[in-house]
Amino acid sequence: MAKPRPAPRRAAAKDADRRTFITPEGVDLKLDIASVGERAGALMIDVVIILLTLIAFSIFLLFVLSGTGRALGQALAIIWLLGFFVLRNGYFAIFELGPRAATPGKRLMKLRVVARDGSRLRGHQVVARNAMRELELFLPLTFAAYQTAQGVTDMAIGLLGLLWTGIFALFPMFNRDRLRVGDLIAGTWVVRLPRRRLSYSVATSLAPEKSRYTFTDKQLSVYGEFELQKLEEVLRRNEEYSIIVVARTIRERLNLPDSGGDDYGFLEAYYTALCQRLERGMLFGKRKKDKYQR
Amino acid sequence: MSGEAQFASLRFREARTDDWERLEELVRRIERGRAGSLSDEDLFDLPVLYRAALSSLSVARETSLDTDLVGFLEALCARAYFVLYGVQPPLHRRIGAFFGAGWPLALRSLWRETLVAVLVMLLGAVVAYCLVAGDPGWYHSIIPEDLAGGRGPQSSVAELRAGLYDGGGGARDMLGAFATYLFTHNAQMALMCFALGFAFGVPTLLLLVYNGCILGAFMAVYVSKGLGLPLAAWLAIHGTTELFAIAIAGAAGLRIGMAVAFPGRLSRTVATTKAGRTAAFAMIGVVLMLAVAGLLEGVGRQIVQSDLIRVAIGGGALAAWLLYFYLLPVRREDADG
Repeated sequence: MAKPRPAPRRAAAKDADRRTFITPEGVDLKLDIASVGERAGALMIDVVIILLTLIAFSIFLLFVLSGTGRALGQALAIIWLLGFFVLRNGYFAIFELGPRAATPGKRLMKLRVVARDGSRLRGHQVVARNAMRELELFLPLTFAAYQTAQGVTDMAIGLLGLLWTGIFALFPMFNRDRLRVGDLIAGTWVVRLPRRRLSYSVATSLAPEKSRYTFTDKQLSVYGEFELQKLEEVLRRNEEYSIIVVARTIRERLNLPDSGGDDYGFLEAYYTALCQRLERGMLFGKRKKDKYQR
Repeated sequence: MSGEAQFASLRFREARTDDWERLEELVRRIERGRAGSLSDEDLFDLPVLYRAALSSLSVARETSLDTDLVGFLEALCARAYFVLYGVQPPLHRRIGAFFGAGWPLALRSLWRETLVAVLVMLLGAVVAYCLVAGDPGWYHSIIPEDLAGGRGPQSSVAELRAGLYDGGGGARDMLGAFATYLFTHNAQMALMCFALGFAFGVPTLLLLVYNGCILGAFMAVYVSKGLGLPLAAWLAIHGTTELFAIAIAGAAGLRIGMAVAFPGRLSRTVATTKAGRTAAFAMIGVVLMLAVAGLLEGVGRQIVQSDLIRVAIGGGALAAWLLYFYLLPVRREDADG
């Protein structure tokens, strides 16, 4: 809190990801769009899972194949071809059709596919967004493989192809909602849907009159909502050093004497008192965003 | 005023935490796919708890500065929303709706694009036929070596004839695997044809023309050796289904390309999404059709050696598809997948 302008860039970045999403009950859920990094991470996890499954599947089939005749060999060839096809095209779709609307990779990254218009995610949307992966993922991969496998003149073609298909692969980086081509076609987007536990309240349940500390109205009018929420973060993290620093900063600002080692208790009491004051203000429509607002 | 009564935020939390936690528990069970374990009472309470949590969220946003509380409620409400509003009808109903309405309706609305795709393929075929008939040297620049499989203008009549009736010699005892290979390969190509439509449909058109060219070049070689009709029969048994499916995949791609290039009165995003819906329905169908074509090609063509029966099967399949897609009565309101 000592710094004059605390991290305005991060606050703006957080708001840039927020999208209005109004439920039929008229409440805005304010969903967060997943970042490119999170989605790339999810994709990588999924690709690794697919490759591992494919390898395990192949080893298993080879194992079975080695001790059998031709008739069974043919059956195994069919299984492998279909298995490969289903893994390549069906893996994403099958998981996204499930109740979580997310592949294992997306689940780990706490992401979910959502219909942009707020209705339920339909089967055809999942199919459309994943059929486009052909263009976004497999075509660039093909060109990349082609490039490494061929001679110099063909390499030029491979490079051009890679460049051209790269436009589609990098599509999410060039639009506000970070839509893939598949998302655009299907009318979906990928949002962050973290599971959060309700933590304890930082405020003490002690009534202010019974608290060791009392604050005057003037002392409470120094800070606003922004500082209150930073204070909440500090209290929640509860690191000794930052507690000491923050407590000293606040005391200097409020002209209070040292509290004799009980920095946490002091901050907790100040948080509670300030929170009460600001919340009462909110009820009357008076909000104080931060310490600069008069 | 007593201190506890004053501090609304804390009281607010304490009074409602149990309900929120119950809702979270129910949502978690449904997300894990164990919706069946919910009792009647749970199911009855779920929407009530959800609405209560939503109203808690609204109140908390307006009156509370507790970020932990607001954050928790936002996450909980979003999860509950998708659980409650994301409920899909049972799978068998969705499959029924797809075959009963979604698929034929999508193809009906794609008829113009389908026609264009068929014509473009025909154009490619005619051009390639004329080129190769005029100068057999063109054959090799049109058809890649691995696809030709040694067949070409230099092949003798006997060799070509053998190709038509023996199914390429030793492949006979691997019919099933061969059919599967053809299916997966063709399905992958069809998906590519569809996906490439996004680039304003141009690559899709090129792929269609090229597909036609291959056909025309083959035709020209066989006709020049007096094997035109047997080749037509050989192609017809699966080709009617396969080429139709490829045309539909191209049509789906074209629809998307057109929506991207000329969105008309709608915004580009809305137009694309609308086209995507039709195209997706068509593409599910294309994959199914290619599975049928793979079976006909891999199994039917090897077993059935008579030209007449081959043509009859191919023609029958084509007639059945046309009947199903364009003439069958469809209830429009069922089209929901």
